[in-house]
Amino acid sequence: MSQTLAQKIIARAAGKNIVQAGEIATCKVDLAMIHDSGGPRRVKPILDHLGVKVWDSNKVVVVSDHFVPAFDQESAAILKGTREWVRSQAISRFYDQQGICHVVLPERGNLSPGLFVVGGDSHSPTGGAFGCFMFGMGATDMAGVLATGETWVKVPETILIRWSGKLQQGVCAKDMALFHCAQLGMDGGDYQVVEYTGETISDLDMEGRMTVCNMAAELGAQTGMIAADHVTHDYINTAGGELGPYAELSGDDDASYRIIHEFNADGLEPQVAAPHSPAKSTDVSNVEQAALDQCYIGACTGAKLEDLQAAAEILKGHEVASSTRLLIAPASTRVTAQAAADGTLAVLTKSGAIMMPSGCGACAGYGAGQLAEDEVCLSSTARNFQGRMGAKSSMVYLSSPATVAASAIKGYITDPREFLSSGDAQ
Amino acid sequence: MTGRVWKFGDDIDTDRLTPGTYMKGSLEILASHCLESVRDDFAKQVSSGDFVVVGKNFGMGSSREQAAEVLRHLGVKAVIAKSFAGIFYRNSFNLGLLALISRDVDQISEGDNLDVDIETGRILNLTTGTTLVCEPVPENLADLVHAGGLVPFLENKFAKEASV
Repeated sequence: MSQTLAQKIIARAAGKNIVQAGEIATCKVDLAMIHDSGGPRRVKPILDHLGVKVWDSNKVVVVSDHFVPAFDQESAAILKGTREWVRSQAISRFYDQQGICHVVLPERGNLSPGLFVVGGDSHSPTGGAFGCFMFGMGATDMAGVLATGETWVKVPETILIRWSGKLQQGVCAKDMALFHCAQLGMDGGDYQVVEYTGETISDLDMEGRMTVCNMAAELGAQTGMIAADHVTHDYINTAGGELGPYAELSGDDDASYRIIHEFNADGLEPQVAAPHSPAKSTDVSNVEQAALDQCYIGACTGAKLEDLQAAAEILKGHEVASSTRLLIAPASTRVTAQAAADGTLAVLTKSGAIMMPSGCGACAGYGAGQLAEDEVCLSSTARNFQGRMGAKSSMVYLSSPATVAASAIKGYITDPREFLSSGDAQ
Repeated sequence: MTGRVWKFGDDIDTDRLTPGTYMKGSLEILASHCLESVRDDFAKQVSSGDFVVVGKNFGMGSSREQAAEVLRHLGVKAVIAKSFAGIFYRNSFNLGLLALISRDVDQISEGDNLDVDIETGRILNLTTGTTLVCEPVPENLADLVHAGGLVPFLENKFAKEASV
């Protein structure tokens, strides 16, 4: 029987030849990733209570990215506890304040195509960009994985999104992801798999693919996936990872899909999501020019190297408007180093941007960068739920980093193509 | 089990259930802010044995299981929804909070009293006198319900394995 990419990975992890959509499969976990918020501070008491250690310390990755750097005694204690637990479990793959888990995991060579991976964070579908079946779970679920090395899934159906055409200058993967939210809605993924394919997807580099898969979470999908190809292989090789035995794994040509969506990139405009839902995404030209108190480029979704480069391309020779502020938190320390090396960072700082530490931070209302009552923000992050970035009455719009950059120059929501010399500026 | 209904709409997200600002603190503090951006008095007024009845996609967003844990902590016996976000649904059962799916939630109003029979999936609306149904709990999750959550379930499993 023909199988989707997800079914093949689940079947292998379950020790079966095939699995049927809807069946409950118990799977052996190839890799488990946890962070400082849902990780040690939550799983340690459970494992201690059960009297067990992690099932295989070589299959666990720990990243401190939520309460970083410590901003008070509570966050300092959480980070200290994370370090102590990592040592007690002899876990060697520990990235302490090196960036956001979904970005650090692949950039340090931890992902290979075809792996069955669980992550203690809802944006774990990011790892699906590498042809993994990687999904998010809560801490007790994760404690179960750490205690037994196994978890269960209800084998999902796959929703196929096939993109044709070329993205215009000034339009990027984040715009595609926001467009998906508008088209499918916040529960359109129905806890199934969304697999992305087609020439536009193939043309994306790995960071773009990560952004697309990352926001499968906002579709309510269990995960998003893109079958690995030479772009994936090149990234993994450069990152020092292993391609492993499933490097060429893909779904069967005649696999059955719940539904196939066909989208075309040629006419896609920069997208902006109005408060308080990513599903309220629309063309930037449809959005009123809301005055912005804060502009934010950050998070696993919107602060990777190409995101910073896209922002710098817009900001070069311009300054952030005095009526607003531009905060930038690169997704990882390695991204910061690369942006420093290629001149991106100099452009950003010269424009007046305020650089912040790498971490989840302002995206989720942790630590610095929170919004006051009634403040309005445009953010390159994934979610704009009410109150998420600060005060209950604050308003968050979402867009690509390029749109955030253009809007920071003007002080209100602005089409980034106005700042691209050879673009189709309107 | 019987209790009073707290009714909310569609797409209630995890940031509304458990605001990020309070995530580093104790469960008590976090619970005191549960749903405050939707209804200020919820955390203060909700009583042990009450039900939360909602529309579709309840618990969308973060994987933070505290979103389910605070409801259990506040005494909520079950959430009855048209549909749940996938991670929240798993978290609920792992933490011993019942998550029931019913197409009939439109026939339940704020303040109604319900009698819910988990085994049969029957919901009796004591206020209106109507009988509604919810989907049976999937078999693998019913095991967690009977154990009281994933941790006691694993405890039992390990004890059994040790005694073999």
